[in-house]
Amino acid sequence: MPNRKNSFIDAMSESLVQSMQKDKNVVILGEGVTDVKGIFNSTNAALKKFGHQRVIETPVSENALTGIQLGMSLLGKKPILMHARVDFSLLGFDQLINNASKWHYMFGGEMNVPMVIRLIIGRGWGQGPQHSQSLESVFSHFPGLKIVVPSTAKDCKGLMAASIFDKNPVVFIEHRWLHYYSSNFSKKFYKIDLNNSIDIKKRGKDLTILSSSIMLIESLKAAKILKKYDIDIEVLDLRVLRPLKLDKLYSSLKKTKKFIFVDNGWKTFGIGSEIFANILEKNIFLKNIPKRLACKDYPTPSSPHLNKGYYVTIKDICNEVCKCLSVKKNIKSKILNECEHIMSKVPHDLPDLNFKGPF
Amino acid sequence: MKINKLEKLKNLHELTRIRIIEEEIAKEYKNQEMRCPVHLSIGQEAVPVGVSRVLTKKDYIVSTHRCHAHYIAKGGSIDALIGELYGKESGTCKGIGGSMHMYDKKVNHIASVPIVGGSIPIGVGIGYAIKINKSKQVSVIYFGDAATEEGVFFESLHFAALKKLPIIFVCEDNKYSVYTSRYERHGKRDIKKLIKSMDVKFIETKENDVEDIYKKSLIAKKHAILNGPVCIYSKTYRYLEHCGPNNDDNLEYRPKKEIEYWLKKDPIELEIKKLKKIKIFNDEEYLTFCNSIRRKFISSIIKTKNTKSLSIKKLENLEYAK
Repeated sequence: MPNRKNSFIDAMSESLVQSMQKDKNVVILGEGVTDVKGIFNSTNAALKKFGHQRVIETPVSENALTGIQLGMSLLGKKPILMHARVDFSLLGFDQLINNASKWHYMFGGEMNVPMVIRLIIGRGWGQGPQHSQSLESVFSHFPGLKIVVPSTAKDCKGLMAASIFDKNPVVFIEHRWLHYYSSNFSKKFYKIDLNNSIDIKKRGKDLTILSSSIMLIESLKAAKILKKYDIDIEVLDLRVLRPLKLDKLYSSLKKTKKFIFVDNGWKTFGIGSEIFANILEKNIFLKNIPKRLACKDYPTPSSPHLNKGYYVTIKDICNEVCKCLSVKKNIKSKILNECEHIMSKVPHDLPDLNFKGPF
Repeated sequence: MKINKLEKLKNLHELTRIRIIEEEIAKEYKNQEMRCPVHLSIGQEAVPVGVSRVLTKKDYIVSTHRCHAHYIAKGGSIDALIGELYGKESGTCKGIGGSMHMYDKKVNHIASVPIVGGSIPIGVGIGYAIKINKSKQVSVIYFGDAATEEGVFFESLHFAALKKLPIIFVCEDNKYSVYTSRYERHGKRDIKKLIKSMDVKFIETKENDVEDIYKKSLIAKKHAILNGPVCIYSKTYRYLEHCGPNNDDNLEYRPKKEIEYWLKKDPIELEIKKLKKIKIFNDEEYLTFCNSIRRKFISSIIKTKNTKSLSIKKLENLEYAK
């Protein structure tokens, strides 16, 4: 595990505590939020500081809880509902989609629904078909919801605070493997504007990669390798999926004229489809055929023997960049060898060598 | 407890007010200007009137697709109701919701929504916030017999009982979900057993008897505030089709004998009979009251027809709260 003082989980924990300190209406709900593990140790500090009145253990009733959260928000509470896996939140879709997402609109703009649903995407160690779905594109379809997908600890802290104090329902989706990464962030309370979809994580001139969450991290790793070979990639972090603001992407594409999208989920009807449609409608001229890299278009198999090659790797990204930029064969093979070397250090289904299971 | 004469008259007037407004909506509906589905409450007035008599403006309610009676009995604005039916900006939801989306913040009618069971957990969340705030209100949740078939109903009762929330669940059992009878949906299983098994206090009322419902609502409110959730269960009957302004008895999905039974139990007739018995009913006064309600309604319709609808620009700006 990374340095515990600036890990993704530290950022989450600190953001929750500081937000709860700022406003007594902020409460946490969910199955496991007060247990010994405290949702991967992200709610323990809040529980210690604010007690069971504000960090509330709940029955396993996802749909009712989503509605209960909505009802609480109508009386001025700012509830954060947590599911340790995204997949369980589907049981709350009736309340989230039929009610929460359109509540403000449906009642003529008279009521606000300040609520956050925090979801975690699983991966590896056999998480399989029902514990590892990247469903961001599904959530992003609905008007009225805000969809936040942080990639770094620094972003996690500011985006979570912004989500908590937003007047709308926010679905906050983090990837379990991000818990193994750190970045410096301020100890003070801060928010990151949810109306600013894209953050430029690395500037470059040769090609633009847009990605989010754990695949953004992988894209940055790939860009770092490519940099050694004088290939200069611009990496953009799509950290808010809705409201979707792509201005920074358009500016980047006008500069690099080459584009790859790296998805966390499936390709068909995925986030990439929406991005490509927007680029087409903007009539932006590209010199390469734009490429979507995504998971295989079938549910995640559980076995490590079956899921090797299921997710996009740094090698896949580098390979695609080399193709787009017509990189010479000998350089390309050096790059791919380096990728393989790096990848060989940790088994493909583990986030980190320290990870010993089970989830 | 005894209900004084003035209160008895008030009950009758509320029942009548709802009946007349709904009847007038049914008449106007045929002009094709109210262009949204309407689920009229005619025949089912006793429950909302009896329950609302124990509520203050500060108590909260959430309800269902068949929500006009809940809304009117809670004191919701009639102009806003009509505005919503006509799709005007003056409506409860500025014309965005329609008949199934009543809302009036002045009287804490928080919301009616048409997905069966959809408002139940929201009412529970309101109850939870009341409990956290330690304010002495109750959250009232209206639902029909079919909502007891939804998973979210159990989840909600379970949570309310676990946290001992100040909630009055009000089950209006009109026996039919659209055309399908309770027997086809529940068999011989009793709703009472279900609710009791969730540790929620169960109070059954007399059918369509506003005074009995009023009395039991008083008990329910006290219980909800002191001890936690309670469910008022009341059998009742709708006179018109599930959705729309017409009588659909010609479809014969409800037995004739059953219809006759319920017509004899009309909530307004029952109340008039009672008032006549104690000699406080005056035909002339009642007629004058009815006429004044009708006149007000008609003038509200005329006014509403001349108001504007929401601009598309404003509509498009409503996706998010700013």
